[in-house]
Amino acid sequence: MSSRDFLRRMPEASRELRRPISLWQKFHIDLPLLILLLALTAFGLVVLYSASGQELYYVKRQGVFFLLAYGTMFAVAQINIHVFQRWAPWVYLGGIVLLVLVIFMGIGAKGAQRWLSLGGFRFQPSEILKLAVPIVVASYLAGRVLPPRFGQVLMTLVLIFVPTYLIWKQPDLGTSILIASSGLVVLFMAGLRWRYIGGAVGAVLTGAWPMWQFVLHDYQRQRILTMFDPEADKLGAGWNIIQSKTAIGSGGVGGKGWLQGTQSQLDFLPESHTDFIIAVLAEEFGLMGVLILMGLYLLIIARGLMIALGAQDTFGKLLASGIIVTFFIYIFVNMGMVAGLLPVVGVPLPMVSLGGTSIVTLMTGFGILMAIGTERRRVTA
Amino acid sequence: MRQPQQLKDHFREARIFRHRVVFTALVLIVLMGVLVARFYNLQVVNHADYVTQSDRNRVHVQSIPPTRGLIYDRRGVLLAENIPSYNLSIIKERVDDLEQTLDVLKELLSVDEDELEKFHKRLGQRRRPFEAVPLRYRLKEDEIARIAVNEYRLPGVEVEAQLIRHYPYGQLFAHSVGYVGRINDRELAAFDPEQYERYSGTHITGKIGLEKYYESILLGEVGHQNVETNARGQVLRVLDRTDPVPGANLTLNLDAELQKAAFEAFEGMRGAAVVIDTETGGVLSMVSTPSFDPNLFVTGISFKDYRALNNSLDLPLFNRALQAQYPPGSTVKPMLGLAGLHNGVINKDYAIRDPGFYQLKGDERIHRDWKPRGHGNHVNLKQAIAESCDTYFWDLAFRTGIDRMHAFGVKFGLGSRTGVDVPSERRGIWPSREWKRGARGLPWFPGDSLNMGLGQGDVLATPIQLALMTSTIANRGERKRPLLVNTINGEVVPVDAPSQTHVSEQHWDTVFDAMESVVHTVRGTANVIRRGTKYQIAGKTGTAQVVAIKQGEKYDSEKLAERHRDHALFVAFAPVDKPRLATAVLVENGEKSSKAAKIARKILDQWLLDSEGQLTAATPTVVGGAG
Repeated sequence: MSSRDFLRRMPEASRELRRPISLWQKFHIDLPLLILLLALTAFGLVVLYSASGQELYYVKRQGVFFLLAYGTMFAVAQINIHVFQRWAPWVYLGGIVLLVLVIFMGIGAKGAQRWLSLGGFRFQPSEILKLAVPIVVASYLAGRVLPPRFGQVLMTLVLIFVPTYLIWKQPDLGTSILIASSGLVVLFMAGLRWRYIGGAVGAVLTGAWPMWQFVLHDYQRQRILTMFDPEADKLGAGWNIIQSKTAIGSGGVGGKGWLQGTQSQLDFLPESHTDFIIAVLAEEFGLMGVLILMGLYLLIIARGLMIALGAQDTFGKLLASGIIVTFFIYIFVNMGMVAGLLPVVGVPLPMVSLGGTSIVTLMTGFGILMAIGTERRRVTA
Repeated sequence: MRQPQQLKDHFREARIFRHRVVFTALVLIVLMGVLVARFYNLQVVNHADYVTQSDRNRVHVQSIPPTRGLIYDRRGVLLAENIPSYNLSIIKERVDDLEQTLDVLKELLSVDEDELEKFHKRLGQRRRPFEAVPLRYRLKEDEIARIAVNEYRLPGVEVEAQLIRHYPYGQLFAHSVGYVGRINDRELAAFDPEQYERYSGTHITGKIGLEKYYESILLGEVGHQNVETNARGQVLRVLDRTDPVPGANLTLNLDAELQKAAFEAFEGMRGAAVVIDTETGGVLSMVSTPSFDPNLFVTGISFKDYRALNNSLDLPLFNRALQAQYPPGSTVKPMLGLAGLHNGVINKDYAIRDPGFYQLKGDERIHRDWKPRGHGNHVNLKQAIAESCDTYFWDLAFRTGIDRMHAFGVKFGLGSRTGVDVPSERRGIWPSREWKRGARGLPWFPGDSLNMGLGQGDVLATPIQLALMTSTIANRGERKRPLLVNTINGEVVPVDAPSQTHVSEQHWDTVFDAMESVVHTVRGTANVIRRGTKYQIAGKTGTAQVVAIKQGEKYDSEKLAERHRDHALFVAFAPVDKPRLATAVLVENGEKSSKAAKIARKILDQWLLDSEGQLTAATPTVVGGAG
């Protein structure tokens, strides 16, 4: 860091320094974000109770995970973000090793091998990568002169696609998409040149046609078509989409009332407490409920972007924006999928769908956001 | 390195980052807008469609079967009722693995191969989606319990309470009341949409007898209910309901006691009897022996039982009263005698000399009377009927001629269906010149007239036709359509206006007198039933050849197998002075007409005498009828 840089930044920072340190800031808690998260959590639990067939068991289980997740978030918020930067390569490498281990020692469920068992505790290594990828990419790029040059972009892509590939092969399409996008978002935020973006899009488009025409078999083409038009397969993948659209549409503006959704309560809606929970919300709370949820999400994202803009250094900026934009991608993919806009890939609705460790991962991300947002300028210390 | 390490420019980086955040925020807002538009489209624009779709998901229309109408005899005794039964049925659409489910059931209920075969047959039939296919009817308590305990491993298997038809009198009314059975493929295919709808809650339909004839009024009107179901099709609640209308109850002219007496009078012999109330034309009894238990058919008869019934030489499934066509033999003689009187061919005192045979002029064939030495030198109509003199009737038939015989017989219902309200009635044959030309391609020969005079040759009649003929004589020419049903839901069934044959009163008296002498004179052919009568019976015996006897050959019953013996016939009405009932009795291979006469006597006694053996004042009226 050059001294010139330091001096020029001083006046801007001094205003902040003069302000008294609030109690919240002292404990590295971003109050607006915390309030929004708590509101979202409460709303989510209300919907989950209805979506899980009015079983308190699921609500309690979810509550326990939220307690754990909030605890983790507070803990993570206390950590200096440069610790993340320092440890990023090792966490990333550890995650990759675990992913490789999954191939050999993984435990399967429903034909997918995603789990590792450690002394009776089962967890998905892919959860680690959800954070490790944006951190390592942000860390790598923050140390370079931005915008990144071609070689650096290639290096970044390697960092992103090694874990993405491993997770995609598990197979877990939804998670691999999210992990890839979390890395790509950071790359984009780092100022990836438009000509690279244009070139990539062009390459994909020109490569897709011959691929489609000459490489893919008929059944593969059919499978891809079904993915984009699930309603063609009325009893298989289409069933879910038809039922979720029916649930959403029949909810109308005001909804059928909490616990009154016929699609949800009579079991027509599959996966109602996990990936398709937005359909329950839409059926019982109507468009109003959907808009309230979207509003909460938008406020959280807006706060996240503010934190990113106000971050003290490039690493913080990149990481914060990566986390918050990935959060949006979760939401968009899930809602788009349930509403029949996007193919059905297994992506839960963040903070609302029944989850376990994924909630902890999500809240860890918000912990990092808070750490970035409440970081005090070390130079004055 | 192409150039010296470039220094990081924080201002530039911060500026680029700010631009990227702004750009990203815009993209996020656009994408959120897309989501909002999508939800708006689903929840506002297409809301009504999805509400319909959602209701269609959860609301299902169920048909509620109506209760089938009951059938009572004239005294209010139940002949066909509905009793509750627990049935085991399978809804194939809800079964994961049919073979495995059947294996479990086999183990729980000891289902045998025959049941399985029937089940698979039913399963293969055309049916509505989600229609339960029955595997076993009339489950016992412990079987229901075993199913209940194992319910968790038997998805799609249901125990349903259902009313099933039951015939408490069993074989007694199998041919008259008939039975119901499962709607089969052919019947289902023949349904028009309206019928398909009417039967939507019903699996059974009348197969024979009154159950078939009155099917549309016994059935009732199907009810409907809208039910809310979950995704697994379980009914959670009833939303609204239109009750079914039960089928109409029938009260019959039939009398259970008379039916029982008539059936038992046959003592296991094959045959048929029809009893008609001369006053109303109502059928008091209709018996065909041997019979079968109609309850076997209600829930689907086993292949073994059906084979046994179908292959029996005694033909228990055959309704002899309506479907068996026999040569009526001498039972037509009173009617032909009346034809002779009416047409002036003979009169009351006209007499012939009977040498024991008859020969047409210019024909070498000799027709032999059943009595080899003849009935005497002065045989008049009364004696000819009393002793059943063949020679007299050959002469009479020849002189009356085919046209007049045909025309007269038709008025008594011969050669056409009686119109009884039981399906599958046969029409018999009462020949005419046209009939013979059509059927045989031959002209009418005088010899044909001789055969007709004895109720033989081409003449065929069913027992109910003979009963109707006798009833018409008893009513002095008034022929009424014989009906089994008297009232429907308490309303008397309107009877068609009777047809009247006008014959001079004195001729009727002559024939009545002659028929009375069949029973009440010493030489009468039915003299055996005279003993102890409390009333006067008018009757006529008859025998019908099963195997034609060649010219000159003597009838020797011992030479003929039992099944080749003559059929015994007897028709009668009583009391002569004020007739109340008429009957026709047929005993297959009974050989002697007295066998039929004895049965007829028991029938008449049962109806006309009270428990102390005294003549009753009047015919018991029908319970529930307006009259």
